[in-house]
Amino acid sequence: MLFTSYGFIGLLIILFILYYTVPKKLQMPLLLITSLTYYAMADVRFLIFIGVSVVTVWFGAIKIEDNNKAIKEYVKLHKNEMSVDEKKAYKKAGARKSVIFFTLTLLLNLGILATVKLAGLKFTGILIPLGISFYTFQSVGYLIDVYRESIDAQRSLPRYALFITFFPQLIQGPINRYDDLAPSLLSEHNFDFSVFSRGMERILWGYFKKLVIADRLLMGVSTLISDPSTYKGGYVLMTLILYTLELYADFTGGIDITIGIAEALGINMKENFIRPYFSTSLADYWRRWHISMCSWFRDYVFYPMSTSSLSLRLSKWARKHISDSAGGKLPVYLSSFVVWFCTGIWHGTTINFIVWGMLNFLVLTISEELSPAYKKFHERFAFADGPIYKAFMIIRTFILVCVLNLFDCFVDVRDTVGLLISIFKKGSFSLMEKGALLNIGLSAADYIVAGVALIIVFIVSSSEEKDNISVRDKLRKNPYPVRFIVWTLLLTATLIFGIYGIGYDSSQFIYNRF
Amino acid sequence: MNELMEILKSLHPDVDFENEQHLIDDKILDSMDIVRLVTELTDKFDIKIKAKDIIPDNFNSAAAISALIDRINEE
Repeated sequence: MLFTSYGFIGLLIILFILYYTVPKKLQMPLLLITSLTYYAMADVRFLIFIGVSVVTVWFGAIKIEDNNKAIKEYVKLHKNEMSVDEKKAYKKAGARKSVIFFTLTLLLNLGILATVKLAGLKFTGILIPLGISFYTFQSVGYLIDVYRESIDAQRSLPRYALFITFFPQLIQGPINRYDDLAPSLLSEHNFDFSVFSRGMERILWGYFKKLVIADRLLMGVSTLISDPSTYKGGYVLMTLILYTLELYADFTGGIDITIGIAEALGINMKENFIRPYFSTSLADYWRRWHISMCSWFRDYVFYPMSTSSLSLRLSKWARKHISDSAGGKLPVYLSSFVVWFCTGIWHGTTINFIVWGMLNFLVLTISEELSPAYKKFHERFAFADGPIYKAFMIIRTFILVCVLNLFDCFVDVRDTVGLLISIFKKGSFSLMEKGALLNIGLSAADYIVAGVALIIVFIVSSSEEKDNISVRDKLRKNPYPVRFIVWTLLLTATLIFGIYGIGYDSSQFIYNRF
Repeated sequence: MNELMEILKSLHPDVDFENEQHLIDDKILDSMDIVRLVTELTDKFDIKIKAKDIIPDNFNSAAAISALIDRINEE
């Protein structure tokens, strides 16, 4: 059941009414039942997959915590009888049990994810559970946090199950951390109109982006990527821009709906985007885009790998045999390579996603190597710190992201490369006959509606980027009649200009497939 | 503390590490800097900084980094 279906809207209305009318101690069970129902409605067999993940990680985390506690208690109890070395040896021996529980649970869950993904690639008709990448990463993050003793294990199976299955996050994330989400998710909430309306505002904004912009642009993008032999040359420029704008409206719109639903229920979820298309470099972009996934890879892959004993030994070797600088950079670049390889695979197991990951790694590494030159350039030329140069950096980053995004569209990398080259071929723009832009599934009205909607999104984002205050916070300073007018206008615009209706099969969210 | 300051200055000579309190929150140090810093600290202070120690609270200021080194030494 998609966020854009009538069934989902109906489910939300029933949930909101029940959530704030049932006794508060029933709110948590209600959310769990709703989440499991939502998941089962996609396919009842999916419950087996997510059930295995929930039970194994919940059980594994408790066993790890019990073992760690038992070791500490034993050492505490015998502190006067044991020497420092004996304590260390006992802790080391005892920790092996935790390592075994941790490794087995981790391998089982990542193994299921890998098997399902690879089987889906090899055979058609394979059952790929909804949001498996998202809930597996969220589960693994929880397991690592318990193993590291950064958080306490959740002893209640239903409570842990709700943390993993909470329905708004299942479609396309974000990948939530237990210590961020659980406190408000597992608490009781009174109805507060200001909190509820704030959530509804966010949901409405998400639907506006998804239905008015993303699903409208999708009609053009689908045509443009359907036939690489026809839509080349000038058309590729259209594909680059339209797909990147569609991806933005689709993913950020979906996350707006997710965070908005949580907010309306009194639950706090961390932001997944900070106005990514205002990024001044690719590194900056990856600090603003899909933050929950990037920070997951940073905290659970990049840091452990780059600070491991092996990396440190490698660093020492490089310092001795190559240079001081190489010693500092080698662990960083090696870990970064692994992270981008994994990020590519996370998005898809086909070669185009791996190439996409490697290209990101390449650009980021070259930028890092050139950073001393950039610094000198900025010191030497005053205009480099001015608004015009900043605008240039933003546009440059946007173009780069557009080019990288094209690797999402075609499984065959040769198609992508061929299309990019075709832009620069002589006469390539002559392929676009007069009126060609109106033959890709978008009418003049579609361009105007999507264009106006994008301008509204741009104005809102620019204002937030400039003041670092959300437009919703500014709106809250106005009296209710003003806020009501804004909500009505947004709702009306979404209802009139949104791509939906009876018989309309709304597109899936792009990130739903990962 | 002097040795720590030298390491920090080698990463970013232009940053006022004596007074800066938001090295991570204000994105003065990025993840690449953190790894280089951990590598240097491990080497110079002969300590083992675990991945679980790499959180903003432990790296937001020179004083917080110094406290982390002391804590690891005590363990």
